[in-house]
Amino acid sequence: MTERVVRLPDVGEGIAEAELVEWQVQVGDLVREDAVLGAVMTDKATVEIPSPAEGRVVWLAGKVGDMLAIGSDFVRLDVDSKGETSTTTAAPAVQTTSAPARKAGHAARATPAIAPAHVAPSPQPLATPARREGERPLAAPAVRLRAREAGVDLRQLHGSGPAGRITHDDLDSYIARGSDDAPALRRRPKTAVTETKIVGLRRKIAERMSIANARIPHITYVEEVDVTALEDLRAKLNEQKRTDRPKLTLLPFLMQAIVRAVAAQPELNAHFDDEAGIVHQHAAVHMGIATQTGSGLMVPVVRHTEARDLFDCAAEVIRVTEAARNGTATRDELIGSTITITSLGALGGLATTPIINHPEVAIVGVNRIAIRPHWDGAGFVPRKMMNLSSSFDHRVIDGFNAALFVQRIKTQLETPAMIFIDA
Amino acid sequence: MNDTTCKLLVIGAGPGGYTCAIRAGQLGIDTVVVESEKPGGTCLNIGCIPSKALIHAADTYETVARAADGKAQLGISALKPSLDFTKTIAWKYDIVRRLNGGVSGLLKRAGVRYVAGHASFHDGKTVEVHTTNGVQLIHAETIVIATGSAPIELPSLPFGGRVISSTDALALAEVPKRLIVVGGGYIGLELGTAFAKLGADVTVVEATPRILPQYDGELSDPVARRLRALGVTILTSAKAKGLVAEGTALLIETADGGQTTLEADKILVTVGRKPATSGFGLELLDLDMDGPYIRIDDRCRTSMRGVFAIGDVTGEPMLAHRAMAQGEMVAEIVAGHRRAWDRVAIPAICFTDPEIVTVGLSPSEAWDKGLEVKSDLFPFKASGRALTLDRDDGFIRTVARADNHVLLGIQGVGPGLAELSAAFSLALEMGARLEDIALTIHAHPTLSEGFHEAALKSLGHAIHV
Repeated sequence: MTERVVRLPDVGEGIAEAELVEWQVQVGDLVREDAVLGAVMTDKATVEIPSPAEGRVVWLAGKVGDMLAIGSDFVRLDVDSKGETSTTTAAPAVQTTSAPARKAGHAARATPAIAPAHVAPSPQPLATPARREGERPLAAPAVRLRAREAGVDLRQLHGSGPAGRITHDDLDSYIARGSDDAPALRRRPKTAVTETKIVGLRRKIAERMSIANARIPHITYVEEVDVTALEDLRAKLNEQKRTDRPKLTLLPFLMQAIVRAVAAQPELNAHFDDEAGIVHQHAAVHMGIATQTGSGLMVPVVRHTEARDLFDCAAEVIRVTEAARNGTATRDELIGSTITITSLGALGGLATTPIINHPEVAIVGVNRIAIRPHWDGAGFVPRKMMNLSSSFDHRVIDGFNAALFVQRIKTQLETPAMIFIDA
Repeated sequence: MNDTTCKLLVIGAGPGGYTCAIRAGQLGIDTVVVESEKPGGTCLNIGCIPSKALIHAADTYETVARAADGKAQLGISALKPSLDFTKTIAWKYDIVRRLNGGVSGLLKRAGVRYVAGHASFHDGKTVEVHTTNGVQLIHAETIVIATGSAPIELPSLPFGGRVISSTDALALAEVPKRLIVVGGGYIGLELGTAFAKLGADVTVVEATPRILPQYDGELSDPVARRLRALGVTILTSAKAKGLVAEGTALLIETADGGQTTLEADKILVTVGRKPATSGFGLELLDLDMDGPYIRIDDRCRTSMRGVFAIGDVTGEPMLAHRAMAQGEMVAEIVAGHRRAWDRVAIPAICFTDPEIVTVGLSPSEAWDKGLEVKSDLFPFKASGRALTLDRDDGFIRTVARADNHVLLGIQGVGPGLAELSAAFSLALEMGARLEDIALTIHAHPTLSEGFHEAALKSLGHAIHV
């Protein structure tokens, strides 16, 4: 038996392997020369592989769907002839393979009697070596201009034309592909979309924000507060505080001021059951403290603020916010607030438009403290100023009452003694 | 003082400058171009165009003179021609004048403002122009320097008297009896050939061992042979040392180290051109230089923002068509288009007899770059067309990469070969391979078949050689 190996030919420039898509022969079949053995698919085309010789199939390279390397054994044939084992690379049916045109040319000169078609077939695309570094890509001027205008670096392209020439089609497909296989030499628009399912706390926040924003017509009122005196007092208290007492932030002062303000305007410490059309005015002031936690916004509650003094408030704020942050807050500590404070801490912003914690009717937002020049009648003096951005449910709170409420808080904060002494 | 502002100011209305200005005008850019001489620059006024006119006149005269001498094989006889050189020069001036008008018309049609006067930099955004009506100050967002180049003067042979530049040679009142050309480059040989054909006794003094040293010997040999046939004396490895005391002869140091003097009516010095970088306040900008040239990047930007430079001031090759392409590109860049210099081929033509055309790399340049090449030539001896032109000198040569057959260079030397430069440049610019040329039908009988045959030869199957 004389075995002849048919190897998988290079069916497309620059590819290393091709997918086997069809066998037209089985082991044991007799095939004639040029009969189709099978077909492989590259990313560009399906190419039929003809048999280079007559013989009996003794071996096939694999199953349909297998990836075959270019140049690997494709089919082995038993050719009952000369008695040597020879290896052939089959010619893909879609293109002509021949001896290099030059040799054919010599033959043509030597034997002019032979019809040129037989000895000088159409020039064979030469295997083009990969572009060396620094070598300019081969492309017509119009292709180069289009590439430049599209911001495409032609060095990133593989040309499908002869000698690796980059064609208009190569450029089109490169642009269409988005060229994510090449390092970007310019900023490219990003088109990726990441989908994240909104679950758990985030979904809860989303729902509550939607309800609050859809149902409540907000009125947001921003007022400036001079906190110079308050800050002096706070600094002094912190300096002289007992070791068993927590460090004071601005929050407990604000809480105390709100307690006094709602005492004068109880309609602000309420729940509006809009479905029933009833406003539940609460005697207890359960102060919601909007808190950023690792999993999102939570509003732990300092219950009965009206019954707590400054340090008590401070300690409770620390306790409930800590509990919310480390996930140990009980259900009771997270529901039932009657009015809410929102503070972004050090960030603060100049003004915010807080969303009311439904079904409450008021939320007080704390903005950043900044030293600003203040005209005291004779000259500019530096004062510590802070904005309060507060939102109200405009269905039950009129703008006038909202303004009055903020004014009450402002008055107390600017003259902090009033937080502690009944006028 | 009269103040003007514009978006783009182009200094110099030579081929680079006027092309830039016209393209900018087309793109709707408010453009001003300043020129101290006539529009068209060196090329149109004192270079390419008038020299080609002179060469054509000389060719025609020589053809008739040869017939009169009975040297022509064509069976044509003629009486000895006479030459009214004043009329020749007038004809040449008329061509130049028509083209001056043409450029002015094109600038006007593109909406470009033309300011006649000498420009000099005030700063990177302002230029002072000395016009006949006084000084005008022009403020521009962008300035393009397109001041061109000027002939190099030899210290030992300053221009004046018998020593003339190419500019002077194109404006002579009569054909000099004895002309010495110092510098055997393309300018000297183009003019030297023309004057030889017009009857001058021409001697070429070249310092290197070969005329046309920028070309390889294969290309320059047919030109050297033709020069000798025209009676031109070529002294190579010879140095012009200066005029003798009376100023009527040139002192020459010959190849063997000896000295000789040569009487001459005119001594044409064509030893190269230098960029025009002085006399217009360029030093105020303190631009980065590249030797004597203004350094530019691939967008013709200089080291100063908003200042571009194009053409001869930016270096070799000092060719009008390079400047034009740069000018066009800069106008488009100023208009906000994305452009950069990525041209593969800048053809160069030497209008000697025969003409030399080169594009891309010569075989030796390719070897120097470490490229393995196939190079073949087709001699016009085997061309039917060449013989019908009564010429059999010259050839066309292709240089292609050995591995993928992409053409790297195409050169040729032959009568009227300049017109083939388009085919050569196109092939290179399109990235053609030998096979592309081989499979393109070239009309018969033409000299262009030589291109086809050279490619076939590299592929191993030339038909006619």
